[in-house]
Amino acid sequence: MKFINEYRDAELGKKLIARIQQRSTKPARLMEFCGGHTVSIAKHGIRQLLPPTITMLSGPGCPVCVTASADLDKAIALAKLPGVIITTFGDMIKVPASRSSLQQVKAEGGDVRIVYSTLDALKIAQGNPSKSVIFIGVGFETTAPTVAASVLQAAQQAIDNYYVLSLHKLCPPVVKALLDSGEVKLDGIVCPGHVSAIIGSHPYEFIPRDYGIACVISGFEPLDILQCVDMLVDQIESGQPKVEIAYRRGVKPEGNKIALELMYKVFEVCDGNWRGIGVVPGSGLRLRKGYQRYDAERNFEIRAGEPVEPKGCICGDVLRAVKMPLDCKLFRKVCNPEHPVGPCMVSSEGSCAAYYQYGEGYGR
Amino acid sequence: MCLAIPAKVKSIDGVDAEVEVGGVRRKASIMLTPEARVGDYVLLHTGYAINVIDEEEAQETLKIFQEIAEAEDRDSPN
Repeated sequence: MKFINEYRDAELGKKLIARIQQRSTKPARLMEFCGGHTVSIAKHGIRQLLPPTITMLSGPGCPVCVTASADLDKAIALAKLPGVIITTFGDMIKVPASRSSLQQVKAEGGDVRIVYSTLDALKIAQGNPSKSVIFIGVGFETTAPTVAASVLQAAQQAIDNYYVLSLHKLCPPVVKALLDSGEVKLDGIVCPGHVSAIIGSHPYEFIPRDYGIACVISGFEPLDILQCVDMLVDQIESGQPKVEIAYRRGVKPEGNKIALELMYKVFEVCDGNWRGIGVVPGSGLRLRKGYQRYDAERNFEIRAGEPVEPKGCICGDVLRAVKMPLDCKLFRKVCNPEHPVGPCMVSSEGSCAAYYQYGEGYGR
Repeated sequence: MCLAIPAKVKSIDGVDAEVEVGGVRRKASIMLTPEARVGDYVLLHTGYAINVIDEEEAQETLKIFQEIAEAEDRDSPN
């Protein structure tokens, strides 16, 4: 397939790896922030191909994984209300919340539907005028503009029974929070590819400037990731951290201005509640007052109860790269894709799911 | 969740488009990329085109890979 296959060429990959192996002399602790990168790195065995100077750590860039139990409890409470149809991306349906999951509510008779797009959710709203259709908005800056677009379409087409529960989050503030916590020492960051397609490269400039950490925005194919690592090594070896775009076919420095405009037309910045990290100021999105008629939080009485974290689950530590999936006592034995305990195993982009699926680090 | 795949724009009607991924056609919205034209490749995320793929940059990137490969071959003849 065009724009995919060419970036999977194994022969070119070997050459990139050889170049990285030659040039990497200083220790380089690199964090891949985005869940999509975690999966690609695991799937293509990239960790094992890199020289021992390079350590790859997985960060909290999986929006499903970082959805706080308290927030998912809200979605579940909404799902139990009469006359409500919940529409959600597939990944969210199995995530265990404090006492239940969306899948469980569905099994108990709740109307919970997996959708590929908010466009499908809008159609469901149009097709069920006597019901309230609530879309569970999970995702970073890649997804939030698409949800904003759906709210604008609802307004345009007078779809009065469409609502959004906004659990959206922003990436740069949480990177700052992680770096400020001092828990993880980093030399470089593999910056998210599609978040950056929306926000561009400028929002990351504080990272090399204030923390001296190298930043390269990466695509998702194996050659993209290797190119990114090569560029990070270059910055680290030269001692000149900056923000660079490796994924130039997908990301412009200014990002997608129209998408950003639509996103901030509908949403405003608020505090975000990140599983395993806590509240990070200015890292969330909520609907503006002007669009409150579409805000599930303002239009429904949500009785969610006290949030409870699953016993023994260290997803929080894994998300902050303080622990690896293999450090978790529940990994594989108790927590696996069939019976996940925490979100890192449920989500297709979760670190634990990636390790389980691709056998990363087994035997090391 | 950040998953976005390259898709070719086959037809446009206002903000609605039909795109093709791996031979399969599906509907998409170009509300976020009104500059997209038929024949462009876009990054498709949850039914919306979030960016138009820059084909020139794509070629540039592949060229860089080729140059790296040739340099490696020159420097390590074994």
